[in-house]
Amino acid sequence: MSPKLTLAIAAFTGAVLAGSAQAGIGPQITNFTLANGLEVVVIPDHRAPVVTHMVWYKVGSADETPGKSGLAHFLEHLMFKGTAKNPAGRFSQVVATIGGQENAFTSADYTGYFQRVPRDELKRMMEFEADRMTGLVLTDDVVRPELNVVLEEQNMRVGNNPAARLGEQMDAALYLNHPYGRPVIGWRHEVEQLDREDALNFYRRFYTPNNAIVIIAGDVTPEEVRALAQDTYGKIPRVTDIKPRLRPQEPVQEAPRTVTLGDPRVTQPSLSRYYLAPSSTTARPGESEALDVLVHILGRGANSRLYQTLVVDKGVAVNAGASYDGTALDNTRLSIYATPKPETSLPQLEQAIDGVLAEVVANGVSADELERSKNRLIADSIYANDNQRTLAQWYGASLATGATVEQIRTWPDRIRLVSAEAVRDAARHWLDKRRSVTGYLVKETHPEENRS
Amino acid sequence: MSAAACLRAGSHALIAVLTCGVIAVAAPAARAMSIERVVSPGGIEAWLVSDRTLPLIAMEFAFVGGADQDPLDKPGIANMATSLLDEGAGPFDANAFHDRLERKAIELSFRTGRDYLRGSLRTLSENRDDAFDALRLALTEPRFDPAAVERERAAIMSRLRRETLNPNDMANRTWWATAFPDHPYGLPVNGTLESVPNISIDDLKSYTRRAFARDNLKIAVVGDIDAETAGKLIDRAFGALPAKADLTPVAPIVPQGLGRRVVVPLDVPQAVVEFGGPGIARSDPDFMAAYLVNHILGGGAFSSRLYLEVREKRGLAYGISASLIWLNRAALLLGHTATRADATGQTIEIVEHEIRRLAEEGPTEDELAKAKTYLKGSFALGLDTSNRIASQLVQIQTDDLGIDYIERRAGLIDAVTLADAKRVAKRLLEGGMLVTIVGRPEGVTSSESAAGGSPGPLAKPRGTPAGRETEQR
Repeated sequence: MSPKLTLAIAAFTGAVLAGSAQAGIGPQITNFTLANGLEVVVIPDHRAPVVTHMVWYKVGSADETPGKSGLAHFLEHLMFKGTAKNPAGRFSQVVATIGGQENAFTSADYTGYFQRVPRDELKRMMEFEADRMTGLVLTDDVVRPELNVVLEEQNMRVGNNPAARLGEQMDAALYLNHPYGRPVIGWRHEVEQLDREDALNFYRRFYTPNNAIVIIAGDVTPEEVRALAQDTYGKIPRVTDIKPRLRPQEPVQEAPRTVTLGDPRVTQPSLSRYYLAPSSTTARPGESEALDVLVHILGRGANSRLYQTLVVDKGVAVNAGASYDGTALDNTRLSIYATPKPETSLPQLEQAIDGVLAEVVANGVSADELERSKNRLIADSIYANDNQRTLAQWYGASLATGATVEQIRTWPDRIRLVSAEAVRDAARHWLDKRRSVTGYLVKETHPEENRS
Repeated sequence: MSAAACLRAGSHALIAVLTCGVIAVAAPAARAMSIERVVSPGGIEAWLVSDRTLPLIAMEFAFVGGADQDPLDKPGIANMATSLLDEGAGPFDANAFHDRLERKAIELSFRTGRDYLRGSLRTLSENRDDAFDALRLALTEPRFDPAAVERERAAIMSRLRRETLNPNDMANRTWWATAFPDHPYGLPVNGTLESVPNISIDDLKSYTRRAFARDNLKIAVVGDIDAETAGKLIDRAFGALPAKADLTPVAPIVPQGLGRRVVVPLDVPQAVVEFGGPGIARSDPDFMAAYLVNHILGGGAFSSRLYLEVREKRGLAYGISASLIWLNRAALLLGHTATRADATGQTIEIVEHEIRRLAEEGPTEDELAKAKTYLKGSFALGLDTSNRIASQLVQIQTDDLGIDYIERRAGLIDAVTLADAKRVAKRLLEGGMLVTIVGRPEGVTSSESAAGGSPGPLAKPRGTPAGRETEQR
């Protein structure tokens, strides 16, 4: 399972890379849709006789019925429990025997499954995935132990980790109405109640070829993939129609929120702030790209304003940064974080952060900063071509949240077009505290009762 | 050697040019890559895979001598020095140095391990000169400006504070400290809250002066570059280093405390468990058999015995795994899991039972066959980025396996018989385990006796490090 909002994954560059000598590099993407509604994307990479095969379902934790949080992720685990044709363990055993890699992940907006295998094994992988798209068989004997596995996963990621517990509370406070406020892994008391029926009902609602995207990156041609897809996925009839993904949206947010999580095990306090921010799907044209640049200038690396001001100049923090990932169906979040020095209080740190943000809101960014950060972001898109899985992941996540192949291809061009005015406007509009939550992680000196 | 003339790149055809130092790799699913030995005009060796598909160059390198060079009373020096290499060098202070890297999208990073300092460089081809210049400055003229040193010290102290009550860090630190008392391997790589405040700028400089040299350096380059250019750039980055390193010898050691359980109480819902014992040295003729046995016990796929027994059948944990770790002066098998408080005793019993069962009965023919195909296939599939390929080539050099190792690897795996696997399972797994547990485990207490049987002295046959004699020149 990946966190709901992963860090920005670098984009692949299209045929034209303005301002660089490397124009024209990168693969030609092909995409087509089968008669049953399944979308297929082919990303050629002929450097090794290997393929990365991914199936993305356009369903995530934000599509769960209230009261059933964690169900999308629980089903992701149960998808490894076998079908009538391929009993539990066979698929994984085949992948293991050939030395392949496999795993699965769930976000608020999508659920994905992948294998990385020698190219000759692609057809077999497609057969297995097509089979479990509608053929899953679940018995209580496999469902019950897996529920315990998921509860241990929750313990590992959240229960044992005070910073993650604060993150959950902050998401819940940021979203007054939208299901992004729920943890992808679910609220523990609701996860504990999930059962086989819940999983199968969810499966029948969302796992159907017309709600899936197959991404194949590697040593293949579009023609081969088309034939293989027809032979495998093409034979799976659509199970159901898919309704538009209309989630409850946020009302006008009017009050800044503050959340403090205290735990005796916190030995290093820290501060985070989340702002509600548009995703690349909900943003006006150019706005999400302006936010990519803004956040880079504010908080990526040692040259960023937050690091320079808080760590280098004022010396109030040991680290500081920001992140934003526009890959989401609905309004997402922009986050700021910092860790104070021992002699700095969290309110002092917050004041210093607010100073950095106020400055960029008032005066925008310099031409020099703009150029440096745009060049760096565009270079990321060249580096992304070196990692087949990164490319496949980026295409899958973007397509599952409403982007088109063309929009993904042209991302570097749109970054190139971001102006200083657009960055300043994005800062003015979106760094609005009324749409924010500030989280304090502190040492709690009173022992808590009864937690285990 | 006029290697450039022999270079073949960017082709899928396998080219077996065994003269002039080029090895064509034919592992299943491997990138059809030619590994070439390059010797720079200044006499520094590097392995090169030239591939012009993308306009980028990746380089990985390692110096022998990492945290094992820290004095016992002052751990964390190598780590702190390493973290400061890009915080100002030559004429550039930290800000100017970072600014230059970002403008050219040059990615330069260093990390300290117990035995090595490892470095990683990635650049667009068009910025290669700036990239190698930046590396030269970081290695040969790091400034250690007081402001940067204090900034980094504060950042390390912050991480150390965070680790003090983090169950994963606690279980891991406790395991290493118990297994290797009074030895550098028992000390945390990033130091302690007591040691880091006492590290001086002289300590940092002394480490880099002693450890950065040409005779303890291994390099691999992958990407859009030919042998001749690679040779020049390698001299540019590394040529000014001293010829010889001045390392403190580290004594060989076997893990102590076998049979012991050490419980560290912490109020968390999930107990974290670290278990381990002696492994088998990388140069030992039994290494590959041990690697297969470990894979069957707790290796990476969703099919190991521990995974099936602990997670799949009983739902006791989300993750459980075991790995062989080979250090220059010790070999280990180390495993990790995390489970709810009331199931901790049961989980440890299952782990111990499975280890005992595998030691006594060995793997089945079927398990061994599947482990072989997994390990043969997964190696090539793991080589999925330029930096990962370079990193693997550095590993093969530091392990002293020979430039044709990738070609020979499948044969070494296939040569392991069931009888070998059974014999080595016993050798690897019957020595007993040291188990550290952090949490509120029910029914598990610390034991002080070394009841699990002593491992006896480890046989250390100085086996033929596979392939040395077949190296090309």
